[in-house]
Amino acid sequence: MAVTGIILVLFLIAHMLGNLKVFTGATSFDHYAHWLRDIGKPVLPGVWFLWIQRGVLTVAVLAHIAAATVLARRSRAARPVRYAHRPKVQGSYAARTMRWGGVIILLFVIYHLLDLTTGHLNPVGDPSKPYSNVVADFAPERWYVTLFYTLAIVALGFHLRHGAFSAFRSLGQQTPRGEARARAAALVFAVALSAGFLVVPFAVLTGLVS
Amino acid sequence: MNLTLRIWRQSGPEDKGRMVTYQVDDVSPDMSFLEMLDVLNERLILAGEEPVAFDHDCREGICGMCGMMINGVAHGPQRGTTTCQLHMRQFSDGDTIDIEPWRAQAFPVIKDLVVNRSAFDKIIAAGGYITAPTGSAPEAHSVPVAKANADAAFEAAACIGCGACVAACPNGSGMLFTAAKVTQLSLLPQGQPERYTRVIGMVEAHDEAGFGGCTNAGECTVACPKGIPLNTIGRLNRDYLKATTKQADNTPGS
Repeated sequence: MAVTGIILVLFLIAHMLGNLKVFTGATSFDHYAHWLRDIGKPVLPGVWFLWIQRGVLTVAVLAHIAAATVLARRSRAARPVRYAHRPKVQGSYAARTMRWGGVIILLFVIYHLLDLTTGHLNPVGDPSKPYSNVVADFAPERWYVTLFYTLAIVALGFHLRHGAFSAFRSLGQQTPRGEARARAAALVFAVALSAGFLVVPFAVLTGLVS
Repeated sequence: MNLTLRIWRQSGPEDKGRMVTYQVDDVSPDMSFLEMLDVLNERLILAGEEPVAFDHDCREGICGMCGMMINGVAHGPQRGTTTCQLHMRQFSDGDTIDIEPWRAQAFPVIKDLVVNRSAFDKIIAAGGYITAPTGSAPEAHSVPVAKANADAAFEAAACIGCGACVAACPNGSGMLFTAAKVTQLSLLPQGQPERYTRVIGMVEAHDEAGFGGCTNAGECTVACPKGIPLNTIGRLNRDYLKATTKQADNTPGS
């Protein structure tokens, strides 16, 4: 869980920072998007790096889901008879929503790939013009797309808040003071990453990016 | 105080079980929760009915025998308190209280509110001890222990093995118990020789017993009557990682 999660988090950080390129204008953003496709060009031919990266991410996602499934199945088997009276649990909301939150994020990722990678669900859907794709995607009249993105990113934020702390713990974070630091770091990271992702659709929605 | 109790009744391991409602009147707020159940049981016996079976022993919060889900919370609403030390003043007149046994595959119900917790004994038998020559107590100053380690080990050693962590865990995991029993030894010099075989053996026994996996949800530490901190599980994780990546022979018991 922790190791695959960290791989995905590293990708998310790069993805979020890359998205912010949208504020530098259409030419710069399109140039960046095209560069992403042929990173490592002199060494690796064409889109090799892109496919290596896609392969690693897919394996990480599948392993992450597989580990979560094992945990969920064990959890179900460990309590065959449910409690008749079970109030809202006393731990954090984030910890409680990891499983369904993860499912929501998976559905979002599928939609997101069809939208901005393959372009099937995008109103422009031109792979050579990523900037126009983004601007068309979050146009004010398509407010429901922005809403869906927002909900998914908020779900991602919660998932990361518990996930990041939990990864520290799984990898051996062991002191009480370290726990406070790990929780704080996880919260700051989750908020910063979510804000970084959300700023793009809202910039388009409000006309800051057009 | 007049209370309505809804108690899980199950005549034996094979019985399906159900919630049964009882009315208990004239409860004193100064009674402990178990004394309140004693009153109910005396009335049931006088009426020729089967009394409610529940575990208890010392009734002073240190033996770990008592424990039940009270309104869905392990050991009831008061933090850091076992069921026997919970007083009826925590409830108000007219309350309806749901009482259920610990629910876990590894803790099968024997009768009513009594569960079999021998899965914990199996975890202890898999490594929760040190191999040392017995005899008279050694001179305390002959083995120096850092104060911070002594305090942390003592905190973990406060575990009474009541099973509230398992009952409260959304995954039915017994990791807080296992971690407490690993930590109380791994932080002290006497626990070093078997440190890494111990953690592997105890985690294996934990998984074999049918407990769920820990997801760091943190429910256990809130329910724990002894306040075993959640970072204890981090100490177990650290030892487990070291044990599984070390080249040495880590066969439990070797």
